[in-house]
Amino acid sequence: MAATTHIPVGLGETEAMPSKLHGWLVTVDHKRLGIMYIGTALFFFAVAGTMAALMRLQLAYPNSTFLAPEVFNRLFTMHGTSMVFLVGMPFFAGLANYLTPLMIGSRDMAFPRLNAFGYWIFLMGGILLYFSYIAGEGLAGHGTAPDVGWFAYAPLTERAFSRGTSTDYWILSIMLTGIGTTASAINVIATVISMRCKGMTLARMPLFVWLMLVVSSMVVFIMPPLTAAQIMLLLDRYLGAHFFDTQAGGSAVLWQHFFWLFGHPEVYVLMLPGFACASEIIPVFSRKPIFGRAAMIGATIAIGMVSSGVWAHHMFTIGMSTASNIYFAVASMVVGIPTGIKIFNWLGTMYGGKIRFDTPMLFCIGFLFQFLIAGLTGVMLAVAPFDWQVTDSYFVVAHFHYVLIGGLMFTLFGSLYYWFPKATGKMLNETLGKWHFWLLAIGFHLTFDTQHFAGMLGMPRRIYTYPPGRGWETLNLISSIGVIFQAAGVACLIWNIFRTLRKGEPAGNDPWDAWTLEWATTSPPPEYNFAVLPQVRSSRPLWDLKHPEDPDWRYE
Amino acid sequence: MAFQLPANKKMQVRIIKNGITMDSPGKLTCLLIATAIFVPAQSVYPIANMFKPEATPADSIFNVSMLMLAICAAIFLVVGGLLAFTIVRFRRRKTDNSNEPVQVYGSNRIEIAWTVIPVLIVIVLSMATARAVVEVQNKRMPPDALKVTVVGHQWWWEIRYPELGIVTANELHVPQSSVAKLAHTFLKLQSADVAHSFWVPQLSGKMDLIPGITNSMWLDPRRTGIYLGNCAEYCGTQHANMLIRVIVDTPEDFEKWAAAQKVNASADPQLEAARSAFMALNCINCHTVSGTAAKGTFGPDLSHLMSRTTLAAGVLPNTAENVRAWVKDPQAIKRGNLMPNMQLNPRELDEVVTYLASLK
Repeated sequence: MAATTHIPVGLGETEAMPSKLHGWLVTVDHKRLGIMYIGTALFFFAVAGTMAALMRLQLAYPNSTFLAPEVFNRLFTMHGTSMVFLVGMPFFAGLANYLTPLMIGSRDMAFPRLNAFGYWIFLMGGILLYFSYIAGEGLAGHGTAPDVGWFAYAPLTERAFSRGTSTDYWILSIMLTGIGTTASAINVIATVISMRCKGMTLARMPLFVWLMLVVSSMVVFIMPPLTAAQIMLLLDRYLGAHFFDTQAGGSAVLWQHFFWLFGHPEVYVLMLPGFACASEIIPVFSRKPIFGRAAMIGATIAIGMVSSGVWAHHMFTIGMSTASNIYFAVASMVVGIPTGIKIFNWLGTMYGGKIRFDTPMLFCIGFLFQFLIAGLTGVMLAVAPFDWQVTDSYFVVAHFHYVLIGGLMFTLFGSLYYWFPKATGKMLNETLGKWHFWLLAIGFHLTFDTQHFAGMLGMPRRIYTYPPGRGWETLNLISSIGVIFQAAGVACLIWNIFRTLRKGEPAGNDPWDAWTLEWATTSPPPEYNFAVLPQVRSSRPLWDLKHPEDPDWRYE
Repeated sequence: MAFQLPANKKMQVRIIKNGITMDSPGKLTCLLIATAIFVPAQSVYPIANMFKPEATPADSIFNVSMLMLAICAAIFLVVGGLLAFTIVRFRRRKTDNSNEPVQVYGSNRIEIAWTVIPVLIVIVLSMATARAVVEVQNKRMPPDALKVTVVGHQWWWEIRYPELGIVTANELHVPQSSVAKLAHTFLKLQSADVAHSFWVPQLSGKMDLIPGITNSMWLDPRRTGIYLGNCAEYCGTQHANMLIRVIVDTPEDFEKWAAAQKVNASADPQLEAARSAFMALNCINCHTVSGTAAKGTFGPDLSHLMSRTTLAAGVLPNTAENVRAWVKDPQAIKRGNLMPNMQLNPRELDEVVTYLASLK
């Protein structure tokens, strides 16, 4: 196990600014690219979060005129598109890039240049999407961002209903980010298959890496339907094809099938990295190995496979046959089984442990509680008749924000606190971290708990305003007030990061007393990761080192 | 963690009984106390609360929803309780020594237990779901059912009664169904432009209106009154202001309403000047007034405009002043809607509004 005296190249080094910047621009180092991915994701998170705050401000009161309808419609389109493609996906890519080689004891990803290509093409996609605010044209004239919603249902996206170029910006920018995501997924798969260190069998691979392998495999399968549909839509718009052009006999439902064939597994592609982080953090802070490793891996693979066959539960109201509705309802409930197994195993991991409540663990506990609710509302939505009532209502909005904020963002924030010391060599402040957690948790529940009820009282999603007297006012006001707490929480994080980068406490190589290989090298790790490539005998190599009297490999 | 099994099973059995016999769904409504708190007790129109169903399809959905909510609440209490217990019981204490806890790697028995229990729950829920889907979706149309065609337009609803020869907009009148006289209304749902969705929570779940496809749904509301709903599929700029109201009349009132709608628009000879002014303007390219030269179909039928309670798909109460404001500048009221500002001069505006106000 290599703890070297190497002086890290990169962060914290005193280099002249131009050459430092040049270093970042031309880098093919997986760690730098990982940090760039995560930094970009956090930037877009702030942008898209601000958009959400504006929308909540508009919806705080009935008949509000703070935002014009077309402005609001652009905001929710850009918010959703950004959060999925420019926040969730790059956060996954960033974590996978930064951690996979370190965890499997390799010097870099399998294709470092492809890695850099993936990042830059993704960034260009993001910039292109936002460039539409300057150059896009649409129904409301110049400077029109896409306003068709993040799933861009046909035929609203056809030329007859979406004139100008705003929808084209949506199509092309998402296509670009899709290329980047696919590149990075292929890279992860190749790395995991071919770059593991000596002794790192698949069975001994950290759960994080396992989940990233599953996610990456899913990405390779799900991006093509979306890209194909987007190309068809472009053909419709510019070359007179009629795939989705209902006025010429095209099919609106075809788009929905293509989109959700991508879109539903995509939800799991976003969520599994959250599971991956929780599966690393919870054991370390419970001081126990993950409970039921094999079951966890099996459940992940099951989620990956089953979730590819449930897409039409987003389409229960399009008038499918009874048989299709029942099939998709039951199949969707079945996804709940492996997901439940995962929750039980995390609980089993904590049970009997000595739980430390440092910030990463706090976020993971928040995740467990909130994801439990998100999973249950997910089961509710799988019950097709209930879905007929609440789909496309604020209940669904609440449900998927429970998944993506209460589940995913909480684990991603947890992972940020957990691995930040590794990436920078400095510890994020614990007090600010706890403020971040509690403010975010309070704000999250104020904002999204209430939305379930608004949905059950008939409030549809994507409305820019609503009349008084329908029982929605109080709920919406509370929901909007929650935003203040959430924003304050995120401000704590940003302040914490700036403060720590300037004068944070040194972290040391292994601040959490953890067990996976990334903690065996320096913080931050040298460009080549390990002076001597490690050799492992179990899934917790550092446990084996620390407890030679009772190593894991005896039991595996 | 083995105590889950009996607790869960017991809960399931009790709930299945409730769900299938439907004897006392009220017992379970405590789950929805939070919902009830937020609902004002008195309001002008009923709150569109899916847990206060007033028609059979909404009942079927309500019943399966209560079963499902009970199961989910039970799971939440068991798992959430376990999580809370674990956090409290197994927290690191100040008095703890630095030794690591016992390293447990898993247990196949426990894994099997917490796989089998969810499987059983899924089976129960699947069957209840299938039952409700069939109840709502496979309903046969009785021969005496009222047939209505609802066509979604960018940002209003066209409502046609082909057998009665009535065309109206945004307000669906249907007869009340009672034990003495069952009355079913079957809707054909279509779209003239993009995808919309018809959602009146107290009567049924939503069903999309998709161009190129004809969907269907049915209603048999048991109580008279106004039921509010919305378009529930994003359909462009004014999606928010595409409101629907279903007005349930007693059978007699419905007959009266239908009879009044069937006759041609009123042709008061005293309003001849106003009428000819209207007919001379571009209004007639988009709007129909029965019995006149106005035969446009792009906008709502105006034959009996003033018999409706709202204007612009639920945006404004239907009064002569609001009609004037709307005709003067529709874009100021419902920005982005497809009716342009016709730039009428004050005299034209007066005449158009006078004429429209006479269309009772």
